[in-house]
Amino acid sequence: MNRIVEQLTENDAGELKLCKELEFELAQVDSPLTFGQQFTDVKSEKDAMIKVAHGTTTLAFKFREGVLVATDSRATMGNVISSQSVKKVIEINDRLLGTMAGGAADCSFWGRVLGMECRLYELRNKKKISVAAASKILANIVYRYKGSGLSMGMMVAGWDDKPGLYYVDSDARRLENDLFSVGSGSTFAYGVLDAHYKYDMSLDEAKDLARRAIFHATHRDAFSGGVVRMYWVHQDGWEAYPLEDVNDLYYQFHPEIALTNAQDSPLNLASA
Amino acid sequence: MDAQFAIAGKDFAISVTDKTAASSIVKLKHNEDKTYALTPQTLMSVSGEPGDTSNFSEYIQGNVRLYGIRNMQELTPSETANFIRGELAGALRSRRPYQVNILVIGYDGKGGEGSVYWIDYLAGMAKVPYAAHGYCAYFVYSVLDREYSPDITLEQGLDLIKQCFVALKMRFLIQFSDYTVKVVDKNGLREIKVEDL
Repeated sequence: MNRIVEQLTENDAGELKLCKELEFELAQVDSPLTFGQQFTDVKSEKDAMIKVAHGTTTLAFKFREGVLVATDSRATMGNVISSQSVKKVIEINDRLLGTMAGGAADCSFWGRVLGMECRLYELRNKKKISVAAASKILANIVYRYKGSGLSMGMMVAGWDDKPGLYYVDSDARRLENDLFSVGSGSTFAYGVLDAHYKYDMSLDEAKDLARRAIFHATHRDAFSGGVVRMYWVHQDGWEAYPLEDVNDLYYQFHPEIALTNAQDSPLNLASA
Repeated sequence: MDAQFAIAGKDFAISVTDKTAASSIVKLKHNEDKTYALTPQTLMSVSGEPGDTSNFSEYIQGNVRLYGIRNMQELTPSETANFIRGELAGALRSRRPYQVNILVIGYDGKGGEGSVYWIDYLAGMAKVPYAAHGYCAYFVYSVLDREYSPDITLEQGLDLIKQCFVALKMRFLIQFSDYTVKVVDKNGLREIKVEDL
């Protein structure tokens, strides 16, 4: 981070470095990507020094009263559940949220850098940063590292005049939309979300939808689970809701789930 | 996997791109516009490596617009296409070249003709009457070879686009739910909805 600050200040000769191409500290090898791959295990096939935490369900959608953000809380390393209480929401500042999927270290580090850049923007320009600008800062950062092995799929959510939601990943792809879900459980979450999503929802309806989408994703995706963590981003900032254990949700929802409710199902508690 | 093609007539050109933004097996977005307006009468469509497409296109768009403001004279479609090719070629032997495939369509007010420029990620360029990139080229080129003639009208051109959609719908494994169809002619640039074709 010192390097970034250095680049924005003058050097000894008094010449401004801003226009010079930014340089990054990469490993001093021919190819940082293949060098890193020697030690990294992304697919949990080998006993590597660095294992990338994978497997997640995160979602966010815009609705009438703001943006609803929800995530699961499971971290896996290969076949092992390494944590059931991970915080996959990054509080960038009191108005912006980011979600984590992919490499946990990459997401939290660059989420932190984004927080710094957003604060610098506010100090320099004396105004709050838009969600579009914040997500573009992140996309521009990861674009410079493209091909160096970053792994992240983040959503940036906030409010400027209206709800704002962007998707940014380590390919430096940046998209704006009403609804996103990221991670290995995203396909399951999309199934529930797409069927019931509408922009004109109340806060309670939105929370119900997000909770159910995360629940169904954790039900089918082995790499998602733990608790549902929900945030609501509105005009005056964001607020977090109490955690809800997906196991409790299972017993709450299961009478409505056809498969588990069948007469001959061993899961049917009523017939047992 | 993107659909991207274009045709030129005597006094117009049409650009077609699909609206899907996909990541592995998931459609992330159904309403993505993959075209960039460069001048009032030049448009570029882009496909390829995700981050590169938007980064390169915004760079080109910024510089072409800056040229117009500085010189109070817009670049012609031919000049724009040559500029794009030059920028791609300049980056080609760098550490990480842009992996983007481009089609430039334009209407040159002076000559009064529509044009299509095909540019690929190796900075190859050709001025052609019609062009396509990616898998969709395998389906669309034969239709265009059979049906195209240099003196087609705009209506015939749009009908030709519809025939291409039919070919893709019938035989291509991937189904595109919607397309961005844009026309450039003496009236400038405008979008036509697929249902209005």
